[in-house]
Amino acid sequence: MKNTLAIAGKELRAYFVSPIAYVVLTGFLLLGGWFFFNLLARFNFLLTIYSSMRNPEAQLRLNLNEFVIAPLLHNLSVVLVILVPVITMRSFAEEKRSGTYELLMTSPLSITEIVAGKFLGAFVFLLIMVGLTAIYPLILLMYGNPEMGIIVAGYVGLLLLATAFVTVGLLTSSFTENQIIASVSCLVLLLLLYVISWPADTAGATLGAVLKYLSLTEHFGEMVKGVIDTKDLVYFFTVIALSLFLTHRSVESVRWR
Amino acid sequence: MIEVRNLTKRYGDLVAIRGISFTAVPGQILGFLGPNGAGKTTTMRIITGYMPATSGTVKVAGYDIFDDSYEVRKRIGYLPESPPLYRDMTVTSYLRFVGRIRGIAKAQLGDSLDRVLRTCGLTEVTGRVIGHLSKGFRQRVGLAQALIHNPSVLVLDEPTIGLDPRQIIDIRTLIKELSGERTVILSTHILPEVSQLCEKVVIINEGQITMEDTLANLTKEMTLEQVFLRYITKDVAEPRGAAEEATA
Repeated sequence: MKNTLAIAGKELRAYFVSPIAYVVLTGFLLLGGWFFFNLLARFNFLLTIYSSMRNPEAQLRLNLNEFVIAPLLHNLSVVLVILVPVITMRSFAEEKRSGTYELLMTSPLSITEIVAGKFLGAFVFLLIMVGLTAIYPLILLMYGNPEMGIIVAGYVGLLLLATAFVTVGLLTSSFTENQIIASVSCLVLLLLLYVISWPADTAGATLGAVLKYLSLTEHFGEMVKGVIDTKDLVYFFTVIALSLFLTHRSVESVRWR
Repeated sequence: MIEVRNLTKRYGDLVAIRGISFTAVPGQILGFLGPNGAGKTTTMRIITGYMPATSGTVKVAGYDIFDDSYEVRKRIGYLPESPPLYRDMTVTSYLRFVGRIRGIAKAQLGDSLDRVLRTCGLTEVTGRVIGHLSKGFRQRVGLAQALIHNPSVLVLDEPTIGLDPRQIIDIRTLIKELSGERTVILSTHILPEVSQLCEKVVIINEGQITMEDTLANLTKEMTLEQVFLRYITKDVAEPRGAAEEATA
Protein backbone atom coordinates (compact mmCIF):
# COMPACT_ATOMS: atom_id res chain seq x y z
CA MET A 1 0.00 0.00 0.00
CA LYS A 2 2.84 2.34 0.94
CA ASN A 3 4.57 1.61 -2.36
CA THR A 4 1.34 2.05 -4.31
CA LEU A 5 0.89 5.49 -2.79
CA ALA A 6 4.50 6.40 -3.57
CA ILE A 7 3.98 5.56 -7.24
CA ALA A 8 0.56 7.22 -7.37
CA GLY A 9 2.04 10.38 -5.85
CA LYS A 10 4.88 10.38 -8.36
CA GLU A 11 2.42 9.91 -11.25
CA LEU A 12 0.21 12.74 -10.08
CA ARG A 13 3.18 15.05 -9.59
CA ALA A 14 4.41 14.18 -13.08
CA TYR A 15 1.12 15.46 -14.57
CA PHE A 16 1.40 18.77 -12.79
CA VAL A 17 5.10 19.51 -13.22
CA SER A 18 4.76 19.12 -16.97
CA PRO A 19 2.32 21.18 -19.05
CA ILE A 20 0.14 18.10 -19.70
CA ALA A 21 -2.18 18.64 -16.75
CA TYR A 22 -2.78 22.30 -17.53
CA VAL A 23 -3.34 21.78 -21.25
CA VAL A 24 -5.75 18.90 -20.67
CA LEU A 25 -7.66 20.64 -17.87
CA THR A 26 -7.91 23.92 -19.76
CA GLY A 27 -9.08 22.20 -22.92
CA PHE A 28 -11.61 20.10 -21.05
CA LEU A 29 -13.09 23.05 -19.17
CA LEU A 30 -13.07 25.28 -22.25
CA LEU A 31 -15.12 22.75 -24.22
CA GLY A 32 -17.29 21.99 -21.19
CA GLY A 33 -18.04 25.69 -20.72
CA TRP A 34 -18.91 26.09 -24.39
CA PHE A 35 -21.30 23.10 -24.25
CA PHE A 36 -22.92 24.36 -21.07
CA PHE A 37 -23.36 27.90 -22.34
CA ASN A 38 -24.95 26.76 -25.59
CA LEU A 39 -27.24 24.19 -23.98
CA LEU A 40 -28.42 26.75 -21.48
CA ALA A 41 -28.93 29.38 -24.16
CA ARG A 42 -31.04 26.93 -26.19
CA PHE A 43 -33.03 26.06 -23.07
CA ASN A 44 -33.79 29.74 -22.45
CA PHE A 45 -34.72 30.22 -26.08
CA LEU A 46 -37.21 27.34 -25.97
CA LEU A 47 -38.62 28.62 -22.70
CA THR A 48 -39.24 32.07 -24.18
CA ILE A 49 -40.86 30.65 -27.31
CA TYR A 50 -43.15 28.29 -25.43
CA SER A 51 -44.29 30.96 -23.02
CA SER A 52 -44.95 33.45 -25.85
CA MET A 53 -47.04 30.78 -27.57
CA ARG A 54 -48.89 30.28 -24.28
CA ASN A 55 -48.30 26.55 -24.41
CA PRO A 56 -48.18 25.48 -20.76
CA GLU A 57 -48.04 21.79 -21.66
CA ALA A 58 -44.82 22.09 -23.67
CA GLN A 59 -43.43 24.44 -21.07
CA LEU A 60 -43.95 21.80 -18.40
CA ARG A 61 -42.04 19.25 -20.40
CA LEU A 62 -38.96 21.48 -20.46
CA ASN A 63 -36.66 20.62 -17.62
CA LEU A 64 -33.02 21.34 -16.83
CA ASN A 65 -32.04 17.70 -16.31
CA GLU A 66 -33.20 16.53 -19.67
CA PHE A 67 -32.32 19.58 -21.74
CA VAL A 68 -29.07 20.76 -20.17
CA ILE A 69 -27.41 18.22 -17.89
CA ALA A 70 -28.01 15.04 -19.88
CA PRO A 71 -26.63 16.39 -23.19
CA LEU A 72 -23.80 18.09 -21.29
CA LEU A 73 -22.72 14.79 -19.74
CA HIS A 74 -22.95 13.03 -23.10
CA ASN A 75 -20.79 15.70 -24.71
CA LEU A 76 -18.24 15.55 -21.89
CA SER A 77 -18.04 11.78 -22.27
CA VAL A 78 -17.10 12.20 -25.93
CA VAL A 79 -14.38 14.70 -25.00
CA LEU A 80 -13.09 12.22 -22.43
CA VAL A 81 -12.80 9.54 -25.12
CA ILE A 82 -10.23 11.80 -26.76
CA LEU A 83 -8.51 13.22 -23.68
CA VAL A 84 -8.15 10.12 -21.47
CA PRO A 85 -5.78 8.37 -23.93
CA VAL A 86 -3.60 11.49 -23.71
CA ILE A 87 -3.57 11.27 -19.92
CA THR A 88 -2.71 7.59 -19.77
CA MET A 89 -0.38 7.22 -22.76
CA ARG A 90 2.72 8.09 -20.71
CA SER A 91 2.13 5.75 -17.81
CA PHE A 92 4.11 2.74 -18.99
CA ALA A 93 5.33 3.78 -22.44
CA GLU A 94 7.33 6.74 -21.15
CA GLU A 95 8.97 4.64 -18.40
CA LYS A 96 10.06 2.11 -20.97
CA ARG A 97 11.42 4.68 -23.36
CA SER A 98 13.36 6.65 -20.76
CA GLY A 99 14.81 3.58 -19.03
CA THR A 100 13.10 4.20 -15.69
CA TYR A 101 11.19 0.98 -16.22
CA GLU A 102 14.39 -0.81 -15.19
CA LEU A 103 14.32 1.09 -11.91
CA LEU A 104 10.72 0.09 -11.21
CA MET A 105 11.20 -3.52 -12.20
CA THR A 106 14.40 -4.01 -10.19
CA SER A 107 12.98 -2.36 -7.07
CA PRO A 108 11.35 -4.51 -4.42
CA LEU A 109 7.86 -3.76 -5.75
CA SER A 110 5.17 -6.24 -6.73
CA ILE A 111 3.58 -5.80 -10.12
CA THR A 112 0.23 -5.31 -8.43
CA GLU A 113 1.69 -2.35 -6.53
CA ILE A 114 3.06 -0.83 -9.75
CA VAL A 115 -0.20 -1.23 -11.68
CA ALA A 116 -2.31 -0.06 -8.73
CA GLY A 117 -0.09 2.99 -8.25
CA LYS A 118 -0.28 3.94 -11.92
CA PHE A 119 -4.05 3.49 -11.88
CA LEU A 120 -4.52 5.49 -8.70
CA GLY A 121 -2.44 8.38 -10.03
CA ALA A 122 -4.45 8.61 -13.25
CA PHE A 123 -7.73 8.13 -11.38
CA VAL A 124 -7.06 11.01 -8.98
CA PHE A 125 -6.23 13.25 -11.94
CA LEU A 126 -9.51 12.20 -13.51
CA LEU A 127 -11.37 13.02 -10.29
CA ILE A 128 -9.92 16.53 -10.39
CA MET A 129 -10.87 16.87 -14.04
CA VAL A 130 -14.46 15.68 -13.66
CA GLY A 131 -14.78 17.40 -10.28
CA LEU A 132 -14.06 20.79 -11.83
CA THR A 133 -17.02 20.41 -14.18
CA ALA A 134 -19.33 20.25 -11.16
CA ILE A 135 -19.43 24.04 -11.45
CA TYR A 136 -22.05 23.72 -14.23
CA PRO A 137 -24.70 21.84 -12.23
CA LEU A 138 -23.89 24.07 -9.26
CA ILE A 139 -24.79 27.13 -11.32
CA LEU A 140 -28.06 25.45 -12.30
CA LEU A 141 -28.78 24.64 -8.66
CA MET A 142 -28.28 28.28 -7.70
CA TYR A 143 -30.68 29.68 -10.29
CA GLY A 144 -33.03 26.84 -11.06
CA ASN A 145 -34.37 23.63 -9.63
CA PRO A 146 -32.90 20.60 -11.42
CA GLU A 147 -33.34 17.24 -9.76
CA MET A 148 -30.34 16.44 -7.61
CA GLY A 149 -30.64 12.64 -7.73
CA ILE A 150 -30.44 12.51 -11.52
CA ILE A 151 -27.38 14.76 -11.53
CA VAL A 152 -25.59 12.53 -9.00
CA ALA A 153 -26.45 9.37 -10.95
CA GLY A 154 -25.20 11.02 -14.15
CA TYR A 155 -21.93 12.04 -12.55
CA VAL A 156 -21.39 8.58 -11.05
CA GLY A 157 -21.93 7.26 -14.58
CA LEU A 158 -19.47 9.74 -16.08
CA LEU A 159 -16.85 8.83 -13.50
CA LEU A 160 -17.31 5.08 -14.00
CA LEU A 161 -17.14 5.55 -17.76
CA ALA A 162 -13.96 7.62 -17.52
CA THR A 163 -12.40 5.17 -15.05
CA ALA A 164 -13.03 2.39 -17.56
CA PHE A 165 -11.34 4.60 -20.21
CA VAL A 166 -8.33 5.06 -17.91
CA THR A 167 -7.87 1.32 -17.42
CA VAL A 168 -8.03 0.70 -21.17
CA GLY A 169 -5.42 3.47 -21.57
CA LEU A 170 -3.12 1.85 -19.02
CA LEU A 171 -3.46 -1.43 -20.87
CA THR A 172 -2.49 -0.02 -24.27
CA SER A 173 0.36 1.95 -22.68
CA SER A 174 1.73 -1.23 -21.13
CA PHE A 175 2.06 -2.83 -24.58
CA THR A 176 4.46 -0.35 -26.12
CA GLU A 177 7.22 2.15 -25.49
CA ASN A 178 5.77 4.55 -28.04
CA GLN A 179 3.32 7.04 -26.57
CA ILE A 180 1.62 7.75 -29.88
CA ILE A 181 0.88 4.08 -30.45
CA ALA A 182 -0.39 3.84 -26.87
CA SER A 183 -2.79 6.78 -27.22
CA VAL A 184 -4.02 6.00 -30.73
CA SER A 185 -4.75 2.36 -29.96
CA CYS A 186 -6.56 3.40 -26.79
CA LEU A 187 -8.59 5.97 -28.72
CA VAL A 188 -9.57 3.42 -31.36
CA LEU A 189 -10.59 0.85 -28.74
CA LEU A 190 -12.71 3.39 -26.88
CA LEU A 191 -14.39 4.64 -30.04
CA LEU A 192 -15.12 1.05 -31.03
CA LEU A 193 -16.73 0.39 -27.66
CA TYR A 194 -18.71 3.58 -28.21
CA VAL A 195 -20.19 2.64 -31.58
CA ILE A 196 -20.27 -1.13 -31.25
CA SER A 197 -24.06 -1.13 -30.75
CA TRP A 198 -24.80 0.62 -34.07
CA PRO A 199 -25.71 -2.56 -35.96
CA ALA A 200 -27.68 -3.87 -32.95
CA ASP A 201 -31.12 -3.24 -34.48
CA THR A 202 -30.39 -5.10 -37.69
CA ALA A 203 -28.11 -7.81 -36.33
CA GLY A 204 -30.81 -10.13 -35.04
CA ALA A 205 -32.10 -10.60 -31.52
CA THR A 206 -29.23 -12.44 -29.79
CA LEU A 207 -26.27 -10.72 -31.45
CA GLY A 208 -28.05 -7.40 -31.18
CA ALA A 209 -28.49 -7.83 -27.43
CA VAL A 210 -24.83 -8.78 -27.02
CA LEU A 211 -23.65 -5.76 -29.01
CA LYS A 212 -25.93 -3.50 -27.01
CA TYR A 213 -24.59 -4.90 -23.78
CA LEU A 214 -20.98 -4.38 -24.89
CA SER A 215 -21.57 -0.73 -25.75
CA LEU A 216 -20.32 1.87 -23.28
CA THR A 217 -22.92 4.39 -24.40
CA GLU A 218 -25.91 2.19 -23.63
CA HIS A 219 -24.86 1.75 -20.00
CA PHE A 220 -23.79 5.33 -19.58
CA GLY A 221 -27.05 6.58 -21.16
CA GLU A 222 -29.10 4.75 -18.54
CA MET A 223 -27.18 6.37 -15.71
CA VAL A 224 -27.50 9.83 -17.23
CA LYS A 225 -31.28 9.30 -17.20
CA GLY A 226 -30.95 8.77 -13.46
CA VAL A 227 -31.23 4.98 -13.41
CA ILE A 228 -28.53 3.21 -11.43
CA ASP A 229 -28.99 -0.42 -12.37
CA THR A 230 -26.81 -3.30 -11.12
CA LYS A 231 -26.39 -4.51 -14.70
CA ASP A 232 -24.71 -1.24 -15.68
CA LEU A 233 -22.51 -1.19 -12.58
CA VAL A 234 -21.49 -4.79 -13.26
CA TYR A 235 -20.59 -3.82 -16.81
CA PHE A 236 -18.34 -0.94 -15.79
CA PHE A 237 -16.64 -2.85 -13.00
CA THR A 238 -16.05 -5.77 -15.37
CA VAL A 239 -14.34 -3.53 -17.93
CA ILE A 240 -12.23 -1.91 -15.21
CA ALA A 241 -11.22 -5.18 -13.56
CA LEU A 242 -10.52 -6.94 -16.84
CA SER A 243 -8.32 -4.13 -18.19
CA LEU A 244 -6.36 -3.89 -14.93
CA PHE A 245 -5.90 -7.66 -14.90
CA LEU A 246 -4.62 -7.67 -18.48
CA THR A 247 -2.32 -4.73 -17.69
CA HIS A 248 -0.91 -6.73 -14.79
CA ARG A 249 -0.29 -9.66 -17.12
CA SER A 250 1.28 -7.46 -19.77
CA VAL A 251 3.68 -5.87 -17.26
CA GLU A 252 4.52 -9.24 -15.78
CA SER A 253 5.33 -10.65 -19.22
CA VAL A 254 8.71 -8.89 -19.16
CA ARG A 255 9.65 -11.53 -16.63
CA TRP A 256 8.65 -14.40 -18.94
CA ARG A 257 10.55 -13.30 -22.00
CA MET B 1 28.33 -12.10 -2.95
CA ILE B 2 27.16 -12.89 -6.46
CA GLU B 3 27.31 -16.41 -7.86
CA VAL B 4 26.45 -16.89 -11.51
CA ARG B 5 26.16 -20.51 -12.68
CA ASN B 6 25.73 -21.70 -16.28
CA LEU B 7 23.66 -18.71 -17.27
CA THR B 8 22.15 -18.79 -20.75
CA LYS B 9 19.86 -16.25 -22.36
CA ARG B 10 18.22 -16.64 -25.76
CA TYR B 11 16.18 -14.04 -27.60
CA GLY B 12 14.41 -16.30 -30.07
CA ASP B 13 17.19 -17.74 -32.22
CA LEU B 14 19.78 -15.28 -31.02
CA VAL B 15 21.88 -16.53 -28.12
CA ALA B 16 22.96 -13.51 -26.09
CA ILE B 17 24.93 -15.38 -23.44
CA ARG B 18 25.70 -19.08 -23.29
CA GLY B 19 26.52 -20.96 -20.12
CA ILE B 20 28.48 -18.29 -18.30
CA SER B 21 29.65 -18.72 -14.69
CA PHE B 22 31.60 -16.46 -12.37
CA THR B 23 31.68 -15.36 -8.73
CA ALA B 24 32.06 -11.92 -7.19
CA VAL B 25 32.96 -11.67 -3.51
CA PRO B 26 32.36 -8.85 -1.00
CA GLY B 27 34.97 -6.13 -0.67
CA GLN B 28 36.12 -6.63 -4.22
CA ILE B 29 35.33 -4.75 -7.40
CA LEU B 30 34.81 -7.12 -10.28
CA GLY B 31 35.51 -5.69 -13.71
CA PHE B 32 33.18 -7.14 -16.30
CA LEU B 33 34.87 -6.56 -19.62
CA GLY B 34 33.92 -7.19 -23.18
CA PRO B 35 33.41 -5.54 -26.55
CA ASN B 36 30.06 -3.96 -27.38
CA GLY B 37 27.35 -6.55 -27.85
CA ALA B 38 29.22 -9.25 -25.93
CA GLY B 39 26.35 -9.76 -23.46
CA LYS B 40 27.41 -7.51 -20.57
CA THR B 41 24.13 -5.66 -20.23
CA THR B 42 22.09 -8.85 -20.64
CA THR B 43 24.03 -10.49 -17.82
CA MET B 44 23.55 -7.51 -15.54
CA ARG B 45 19.85 -7.32 -16.29
CA ILE B 46 19.49 -10.94 -15.27
CA ILE B 47 21.51 -10.46 -12.06
CA THR B 48 19.33 -7.51 -11.04
CA GLY B 49 16.12 -9.41 -11.72
CA TYR B 50 14.97 -7.22 -14.60
CA MET B 51 14.51 -10.24 -16.83
CA PRO B 52 14.82 -13.99 -16.37
CA ALA B 53 17.49 -16.23 -17.82
CA THR B 54 16.63 -19.00 -20.24
CA SER B 55 18.56 -21.40 -18.03
CA GLY B 56 21.10 -21.34 -15.22
CA THR B 57 21.03 -19.77 -11.76
CA VAL B 58 22.14 -16.57 -10.07
CA LYS B 59 22.50 -16.21 -6.32
CA VAL B 60 22.84 -12.76 -4.82
CA ALA B 61 23.71 -12.56 -1.12
CA GLY B 62 22.58 -16.17 -0.80
CA TYR B 63 19.16 -15.66 -2.41
CA ASP B 64 18.18 -17.18 -5.72
CA ILE B 65 17.21 -14.50 -8.22
CA PHE B 66 14.32 -16.54 -9.54
CA ASP B 67 12.85 -17.99 -6.32
CA ASP B 68 13.59 -15.05 -3.99
CA SER B 69 13.56 -12.22 -6.48
CA TYR B 70 12.05 -9.86 -3.89
CA GLU B 71 14.84 -10.45 -1.35
CA VAL B 72 17.48 -9.95 -4.03
CA ARG B 73 15.91 -6.74 -5.26
CA LYS B 74 15.94 -5.36 -1.70
CA ARG B 75 19.70 -5.90 -1.46
CA ILE B 76 20.85 -4.77 -4.87
CA GLY B 77 21.70 -1.32 -6.19
CA TYR B 78 21.66 -1.00 -9.95
CA LEU B 79 22.85 1.71 -12.28
CA PRO B 80 21.77 0.77 -15.83
CA GLU B 81 23.65 1.98 -18.86
CA SER B 82 21.39 5.01 -19.18
CA PRO B 83 20.58 6.28 -15.68
CA PRO B 84 16.87 5.70 -14.92
CA LEU B 85 15.94 9.32 -14.22
CA TYR B 86 12.61 11.14 -14.27
CA ARG B 87 13.75 14.25 -16.06
CA ASP B 88 11.04 16.56 -14.79
CA MET B 89 11.59 15.78 -11.11
CA THR B 90 14.01 17.61 -8.84
CA VAL B 91 17.02 15.72 -7.47
CA THR B 92 15.56 15.56 -3.96
CA SER B 93 12.06 14.49 -4.93
CA TYR B 94 13.47 11.86 -7.28
CA LEU B 95 15.78 10.37 -4.64
CA ARG B 96 12.98 10.45 -2.07
CA PHE B 97 10.76 8.52 -4.46
CA VAL B 98 13.47 5.94 -5.13
CA GLY B 99 14.10 5.64 -1.39
CA ARG B 100 10.43 4.96 -0.76
CA ILE B 101 10.05 2.27 -3.42
CA ARG B 102 13.33 0.72 -2.26
CA GLY B 103 11.65 0.20 1.09
CA ILE B 104 13.36 2.78 3.31
CA ALA B 105 11.22 3.65 6.35
CA LYS B 106 9.94 7.23 6.38
CA ALA B 107 11.87 8.07 9.56
CA GLN B 108 15.20 7.12 7.98
CA LEU B 109 14.53 8.59 4.56
CA GLY B 110 15.95 12.01 5.48
CA ASP B 111 19.21 10.53 6.76
CA SER B 112 19.63 8.25 3.74
CA LEU B 113 18.98 11.19 1.45
CA ASP B 114 21.59 13.37 3.18
CA ARG B 115 24.10 10.55 3.05
CA VAL B 116 23.86 9.92 -0.71
CA LEU B 117 23.68 13.63 -1.51
CA ARG B 118 26.98 14.06 0.33
CA THR B 119 28.75 10.95 -0.98
CA CYS B 120 27.77 11.68 -4.57
CA GLY B 121 28.53 15.40 -4.36
CA LEU B 122 24.99 16.54 -5.08
CA THR B 123 24.43 18.94 -2.19
CA GLU B 124 24.53 21.99 -4.46
CA VAL B 125 21.94 20.76 -6.94
CA THR B 126 19.28 19.31 -4.61
CA GLY B 127 16.51 21.60 -5.85
CA ARG B 128 17.39 21.47 -9.52
CA VAL B 129 15.27 19.70 -12.10
CA ILE B 130 17.14 16.60 -13.31
CA GLY B 131 16.52 17.34 -17.00
CA HIS B 132 18.44 20.63 -16.61
CA LEU B 133 21.53 19.03 -15.07
CA SER B 134 24.75 18.32 -16.95
CA LYS B 135 25.51 14.77 -17.95
CA GLY B 136 28.06 14.37 -15.16
CA PHE B 137 25.57 15.39 -12.52
CA ARG B 138 22.91 13.13 -14.02
CA GLN B 139 25.30 10.22 -13.80
CA ARG B 140 25.89 11.05 -10.15
CA VAL B 141 22.16 11.17 -9.50
CA GLY B 142 22.02 7.74 -11.13
CA LEU B 143 24.68 6.52 -8.76
CA ALA B 144 22.92 8.10 -5.77
CA GLN B 145 19.77 6.25 -6.82
CA ALA B 146 21.66 2.95 -6.72
CA LEU B 147 23.07 3.71 -3.26
CA ILE B 148 20.20 5.26 -1.34
CA HIS B 149 19.09 2.03 0.34
CA ASN B 150 22.69 1.13 1.25
CA PRO B 151 22.72 -2.09 -0.77
CA SER B 152 25.27 -4.83 -0.12
CA VAL B 153 25.55 -5.54 -3.84
CA LEU B 154 26.15 -2.88 -6.46
CA VAL B 155 25.79 -3.45 -10.20
CA LEU B 156 27.11 -0.64 -12.39
CA ASP B 157 26.71 -0.77 -16.16
CA GLU B 158 29.30 1.47 -17.83
CA PRO B 159 29.12 4.17 -15.15
CA THR B 160 31.63 6.56 -16.74
CA ILE B 161 30.44 6.47 -20.34
CA GLY B 162 30.07 9.88 -21.96
CA LEU B 163 31.64 11.86 -19.13
CA ASP B 164 34.49 14.35 -19.40
CA PRO B 165 37.90 13.37 -17.95
CA ARG B 166 37.36 15.32 -14.75
CA GLN B 167 33.98 13.70 -14.13
CA ILE B 168 35.40 10.27 -14.92
CA ILE B 169 38.04 10.74 -12.23
CA ASP B 170 35.38 11.87 -9.74
CA ILE B 171 33.11 8.92 -10.42
CA ARG B 172 35.98 6.45 -10.24
CA THR B 173 37.13 7.82 -6.90
CA LEU B 174 33.59 7.55 -5.68
CA ILE B 175 33.24 3.93 -6.78
CA LYS B 176 36.55 3.06 -5.13
CA GLU B 177 35.36 4.63 -1.88
CA LEU B 178 32.03 2.87 -2.07
CA SER B 179 33.37 -0.63 -2.55
CA GLY B 180 34.32 -1.19 1.11
CA GLU B 181 32.35 -4.20 2.29
CA ARG B 182 30.15 -4.29 -0.78
CA THR B 183 30.20 -6.61 -3.73
CA VAL B 184 30.57 -4.48 -6.84
CA ILE B 185 30.25 -5.51 -10.48
CA LEU B 186 31.39 -2.87 -12.91
CA SER B 187 30.90 -3.38 -16.62
CA THR B 188 33.02 -1.38 -18.98
CA HIS B 189 35.13 -1.48 -22.10
CA ILE B 190 37.48 1.21 -20.88
CA LEU B 191 40.60 -0.68 -19.84
CA PRO B 192 42.43 1.93 -17.73
CA GLU B 193 39.32 2.04 -15.57
CA VAL B 194 39.74 -1.64 -14.82
CA SER B 195 43.43 -1.28 -13.96
CA GLN B 196 42.60 1.51 -11.53
CA LEU B 197 39.54 0.08 -9.86
CA CYS B 198 39.20 -3.66 -10.08
CA GLU B 199 40.79 -6.51 -8.21
CA LYS B 200 39.27 -9.18 -10.38
CA VAL B 201 38.54 -9.28 -14.11
CA VAL B 202 36.05 -11.29 -16.11
CA ILE B 203 36.20 -11.01 -19.89
CA ILE B 204 33.13 -11.90 -21.93
CA ASN B 205 33.08 -12.26 -25.69
CA GLU B 206 30.17 -13.32 -27.91
CA GLY B 207 28.23 -14.48 -24.92
CA GLN B 208 30.93 -16.64 -23.40
CA ILE B 209 33.36 -16.06 -20.57
CA THR B 210 36.81 -16.26 -22.07
CA MET B 211 38.79 -15.31 -18.96
CA GLU B 212 38.34 -14.98 -15.22
CA ASP B 213 41.32 -14.05 -13.03
CA THR B 214 42.72 -11.43 -10.68
CA LEU B 215 44.11 -8.27 -12.20
CA ALA B 216 47.50 -8.88 -10.58
CA ASN B 217 47.87 -12.30 -12.24
CA LEU B 218 46.77 -11.01 -15.61
CA THR B 219 49.13 -8.08 -15.83
CA LYS B 220 52.23 -10.00 -14.71
CA GLU B 221 53.49 -10.59 -18.22
CA MET B 222 51.33 -8.50 -20.50
CA THR B 223 49.50 -5.18 -20.39
CA LEU B 224 45.76 -5.31 -19.88
CA GLU B 225 45.28 -4.19 -23.48
CA GLN B 226 47.16 -7.20 -24.76
CA VAL B 227 45.23 -9.53 -22.46
CA PHE B 228 41.92 -8.04 -23.56
CA LEU B 229 42.69 -8.29 -27.27
CA ARG B 230 43.89 -11.83 -26.86
CA TYR B 231 40.77 -13.02 -25.11
CA ILE B 232 38.28 -11.33 -27.38
CA THR B 233 39.86 -12.65 -30.56
CA LYS B 234 37.82 -15.44 -32.05
CA ASP B 235 39.01 -18.98 -32.83
CA VAL B 236 42.03 -18.90 -30.59
CA ALA B 237 42.22 -22.35 -29.06
CA GLU B 238 44.48 -21.40 -26.21
CA PRO B 239 42.35 -18.75 -24.47
CA ARG B 240 39.31 -21.05 -24.48
CA GLY B 241 41.42 -23.67 -22.73
CA ALA B 242 42.67 -21.11 -20.29
CA ALA B 243 39.12 -19.98 -19.65
CA GLU B 244 38.08 -23.47 -18.72
CA GLU B 245 40.97 -23.75 -16.34
CA ALA B 246 40.09 -20.46 -14.78
CA THR B 247 36.44 -21.31 -14.20
CA ALA B 248 37.10 -24.87 -13.06
